[in-house]
Amino acid sequence: MSRAALATLALLHAVAAPAAGTLIHSEHSQYREVLVYEDAGTRCLCFTHECAIGRQSCIELAYPDHMVFEYTRLMLGALFLVPDPHQILVIGLGGGTLPRALQQLLPDAHIDVVEIDPAVVRVATQYFGFKSSLKLSVSTEDGRAYVRRLLREGTRQYDLIMLDAYEREYIPEHLLTREFLRQVAALLRPGGVVAANTWSSSRLYPNESVTYHAVFGDFYNLKSGNRIILATSGALPSLDQIRRNSERFSEAFTPYGFTPQLLLPLFSTQMDWDPAARVLTDQYSPANLLNAGH
Amino acid sequence: MGGKKFDAPYAFALAAVNPRSGAFRYTLLIMYTLVLYLLAGWSGFFVMGIELLGGRLLAPYFGSSIYVWGAIITVFMLALSLGYLAGGRYSMHRPSLRRLALIVLLAAVTALPVLLTGDALLDKLAARVPDPRFGSLSAALALFFVPTLISGISTFGSAAGTLLTSFYFVLWFELNQILWGMLAVSGLVALSACLVRPRALP
Repeated sequence: MSRAALATLALLHAVAAPAAGTLIHSEHSQYREVLVYEDAGTRCLCFTHECAIGRQSCIELAYPDHMVFEYTRLMLGALFLVPDPHQILVIGLGGGTLPRALQQLLPDAHIDVVEIDPAVVRVATQYFGFKSSLKLSVSTEDGRAYVRRLLREGTRQYDLIMLDAYEREYIPEHLLTREFLRQVAALLRPGGVVAANTWSSSRLYPNESVTYHAVFGDFYNLKSGNRIILATSGALPSLDQIRRNSERFSEAFTPYGFTPQLLLPLFSTQMDWDPAARVLTDQYSPANLLNAGH
Repeated sequence: MGGKKFDAPYAFALAAVNPRSGAFRYTLLIMYTLVLYLLAGWSGFFVMGIELLGGRLLAPYFGSSIYVWGAIITVFMLALSLGYLAGGRYSMHRPSLRRLALIVLLAAVTALPVLLTGDALLDKLAARVPDPRFGSLSAALALFFVPTLISGISTFGSAAGTLLTSFYFVLWFELNQILWGMLAVSGLVALSACLVRPRALP
């Protein structure tokens, strides 16, 4: 191998695997190792040593509200579709960045969080400033089992449901099927919104797209490194409506480090995928195999 | 092509179909052994295929938490150990290929409820026992215990069943298509075993 190639490789490696910093906490859970690293005032939650396969959540210790990851900002774009949600469900806690921001932005809203791993809830509470309260409750169970239970009880519906349970290295396949999305849609109030955090570069993109489209029809697609799907159980609000709704938050997003104007150009309903891709169902859900590039 | 080269195999083939020759008996013995391995191999494939699909079938109702996989593995291990025990005893007196085929067939038939009433049963169970641990344990017991126990009476070849099911089949087919396919193969394998007549053996 030439020296230039070696240098390039070394550079790539440096970019791909930045130093994770000092390990300040680790615990074994039923599912994985939950690790907390700290480096230059930034604290991150990781599920792999040295955060080798990405960081789940980060906070800047000096500005704990500031959103380190772009995707969490994009997820707040859901509020342009439903600006005043009273009942919110967040599936997947991570470091708790989203529930924390939602609680601050919407002090009257009632927020339910479902997180499968009790260790993640402990670590988010101890190291990432997450705090459950009367208006912010956490259930530790599987997201799909929770949704099914609520549908059976029939006592609660949501204005906004956020799906933040997909990791790059592992997608819970039963949370990415037409049947699951139908159950999520059934848990929404009329005009309620579902916001899902996924990846714009994944090989699963066409399958994921047709699956959401099969349940919700047209949806807004916000793409940067991540891909945020914003779909609704009713008619999709127009871009004009979204612009008007976004004005409510022109100041409110400042503590998180961005403005609504940064999000607006990303809203798109363009169907940039192969519509003939196969819909993912409970019967056919090889999401991880498809993602691995078979 | 010269004819001489093929004389020996040709002669053997002729002898092989002549019921009076020793070669015929020899061929039968080889076929018997092959079918025996086929049955045992398929049985192991069947068990692991059903186990992996079982996890997927339960996920929409109980999630895919570690509890659900724990429940499924528990039920399969329990059923297999009892099946091995019963199989060991059963093989002590008058084992036959036909009996083994019957076992494979019986395992397939007792797996039919998974396809025919699986969803309805899981729905009821999930409503009655919402706890993911005991819910999935009772679901796995109800659906998979009997066919796995029966399969355990025969077994090996589980590795292929595990790998092919989890890496390829779920990518190519729907869950119910795989299950129907596996039941059909059970029927075919069992049938082929019945066609080899052990009576003609020495």
